[in-house]
Amino acid sequence: MTDGRSAARGVLRTVLLLGVFLLVVGVLWEAFKWLFGDPWRLDDILGTGLSYYHQPPFDLLQASDLQLPHLWSIVGALMEPVQRNQEQTLLGYLVSAAAYTWAEALIGFAIGTLIGVTLAAIFVHSLFAERAFMPYVIASQAIPIVALAPIIVVGFGRGLTSVVIIATYLTFFPVTISQMRGLRSPDPRALELMRSYAASRWQVFWKVRMPASLPYLFTALKVAAAAAIVGAIIGEGPGGVKDGLGRAIVNFNQQYITGPEKLWATILVASITGILFYVCVRIAEAITLRRRGSTSA
Amino acid sequence: MSSVPVTPPASDALAVRLAGVHKSFPVKGGSSTVALEDIGLDIGTGEFVSLIGPSGCGKSTLLRIVGDLIEPTAGTVEVNGKPAHQARIDRDYGMVFQAPVLFDWRTVEANVRLPLELMTGAAGADRDRRVREMLDLVGLADFTRHHPHQLSGGMQQRVAIARALVFEPALLLMDEPFGALDEMTRERLNGEVLKVWARTGTTVIFVTHSIPEAVFLSTRVVVMSPRPGRISEIIDIDLPQPRTEETRESERYFELVTQVREALRAQHGGGASAARARAEGGIG
Amino acid sequence: MTVAAEARPGSDAGRPRRDLGSSLMRLVPPVLVFLAAIAIWELATAGTGRRVIPPPSAIVAAMGRESDLLTRSAIATFTEALGGLLIGSVAGIVIGFATARWAVARDILVPLAVGASTIPLIAIAPIIGNWFGVLNPLSKMMMAALLVFFPVVINVIRGLVEVQPAQLELMRSYASSPTEVLRKVRVPNMLPFLFTALKVAATLAFIGAIVAEYFGGTSAVIGRVVLTSMSSGRFDVAWAGIIIGALGALGAYLIVVIAERLIIPWSPSFRA
Repeated sequence: MTDGRSAARGVLRTVLLLGVFLLVVGVLWEAFKWLFGDPWRLDDILGTGLSYYHQPPFDLLQASDLQLPHLWSIVGALMEPVQRNQEQTLLGYLVSAAAYTWAEALIGFAIGTLIGVTLAAIFVHSLFAERAFMPYVIASQAIPIVALAPIIVVGFGRGLTSVVIIATYLTFFPVTISQMRGLRSPDPRALELMRSYAASRWQVFWKVRMPASLPYLFTALKVAAAAAIVGAIIGEGPGGVKDGLGRAIVNFNQQYITGPEKLWATILVASITGILFYVCVRIAEAITLRRRGSTSA
Repeated sequence: MSSVPVTPPASDALAVRLAGVHKSFPVKGGSSTVALEDIGLDIGTGEFVSLIGPSGCGKSTLLRIVGDLIEPTAGTVEVNGKPAHQARIDRDYGMVFQAPVLFDWRTVEANVRLPLELMTGAAGADRDRRVREMLDLVGLADFTRHHPHQLSGGMQQRVAIARALVFEPALLLMDEPFGALDEMTRERLNGEVLKVWARTGTTVIFVTHSIPEAVFLSTRVVVMSPRPGRISEIIDIDLPQPRTEETRESERYFELVTQVREALRAQHGGGASAARARAEGGIG
Repeated sequence: MTVAAEARPGSDAGRPRRDLGSSLMRLVPPVLVFLAAIAIWELATAGTGRRVIPPPSAIVAAMGRESDLLTRSAIATFTEALGGLLIGSVAGIVIGFATARWAVARDILVPLAVGASTIPLIAIAPIIGNWFGVLNPLSKMMMAALLVFFPVVINVIRGLVEVQPAQLELMRSYASSPTEVLRKVRVPNMLPFLFTALKVAATLAFIGAIVAEYFGGTSAVIGRVVLTSMSSGRFDVAWAGIIIGALGALGAYLIVVIAERLIIPWSPSFRA
């Protein structure tokens, strides 16, 4: 009834929550460095001539500037060129890499969703199909798919296709499981009512089961959104694709000693990429379900 | 208007004494709704009192106030001569809710044993004997090792009743315990509740919106009206004890059912008849 | 959930036990599918030699040929994954318990956990390698533990907090102490949530360990064996490694499933 506004509020809440998340991580990060990191100094605070020197009370290897750079040096690194004598900034480079990863993840996500929704529809209508294939759908998730990533990349070539396949694989499972639950969620009495109208299976599917399954579908899509990004990064990284965030992680990992900020900046961008994907799904959910009262966070 | 006078209870000892009880809940925007207004009611030991009224008349709220699950905004609640809070600490209450509220992870037996585990004093063997007795009483002796989900709704509610009675509470509070059950199961369980009541002598406060149920079970029926919730009439149920299936077919039973129904209907008949109903409530 | 709308006198005796015959019958379709898949795979790839997808028989042969390396790798990787599973779950349970009681702590931790589930945590594998030493198995364990931690902590908190209000009301009517409510209501209520998390975590632990191996470290581990044998064109060995890794994850998953059946046979998750 309150629809649009409360849906918007739900999305806002999610965004705020994720903002709090980034803030908490940032605070914990610098607190950790304050306690365990390397000493640092500010020579001339805002031109006042005052200087400040901080000597952390404890010393821990993991908090040193090499292992855990200050947030400001990571942000600073984003503004500098990727390589010396290059015009492109690290930020520009990472954004284009992220766009590539995003595209892969999105395609895989779409295909995986389609497969999951189809499988669920088949399983709900055929007991044999469910019994025969469901154990494998479940077992497929007990398999560390990312372990297969390199082989898929070798098998299908070091390019978009392989990564899309991995993202697809990681998406279809949560969608299948959740969608099956959703298709089965309508009140048995609603199904009986449709039966009393002599509705066909097809009509029952579109008029009762499908609408009832939407909230379940979105629950799964939110899980799958993160999984698709992870799949894409893993596919690119160790698999040896020449583009994308995974590649950037592998590259900057090799240059870690000379520039740890670059690897961290890449991870930061990867995290924001994941969060953006999640927020997009969340917005789609809010729009689709806006007339159904509250949606989950 | 002062609280509605009541007929003196059968026994001279008072189980519950409510005086000037008010309850209001805050609503968004700073104002508040009045759920209960000026409730006065005395219940004697061993009585079986039903609270009946339309949705929103505050009967469940009143029950929860007696059980110290929520606090009144004003007024006093005494149970067995002490404040409700003290009575709860002394474990004077057995509660039965509309849903059975059983614990999935406990067997029927263990569910019934729960209050005894929480209350020191009962030894192991004595404990088990009491659990078995109670399950016998509600006819579930053969299901001690079952888990709640293996039982039907009616059986689950019987487990809840056994659990409420196992520690012999002075006061049994039942909040529409059979509201979700079908008519046949409800009538059978009504009979069982009366049997248990006769055997244990516990005082019972029973919330319902079924008129036949209220009349069949009670020694007194308290009729409540909504917005704000107050007692509009109290009707003595003088049907002979013990009550049986014949009771349900007796002339007097029908008269009393009609009387309760009219008392409930009077609330909708506008100001004049509502006032008359209240006046009649005073006469009893 | 607890209210069954009508009494069911016919089924009062509880559910009849499913007899052995019919549960064996349920196994027939999946087993048929399995055999058919293996047969088709074998027929489609037989005689193709060292292709990217070798026939099953070649993979089995490779397992025999490289049994020494594969066994050592399996032990190393399984240790990392199970160690990570243990560290991550214990940390998740401890922090979950510590946090569930304080609303403020929950308000900080829950967005943290939700946020963590939307970001590709696995991207910090190389960093964790740097922190704990690339050659130290602890670095792989910590990656696995990090992946395991978040689902466990979220589910422990949810299980402790999402108790039916009526159950708390009942406990209040008994004037029971917070400790009693914790022991008798919250903890049992939390167990099904915990097992749900552990089932996910079992797989995640293997993913974490193997992916961390991809990013560098000692050579006798499943992840490195897969990568190196693939780059040298020995796809049969790579597949053998993948299958062993998968079986490890599947085994851990099944152990959790069995433990769940034994410890909480009453769980609603076992009901259709």
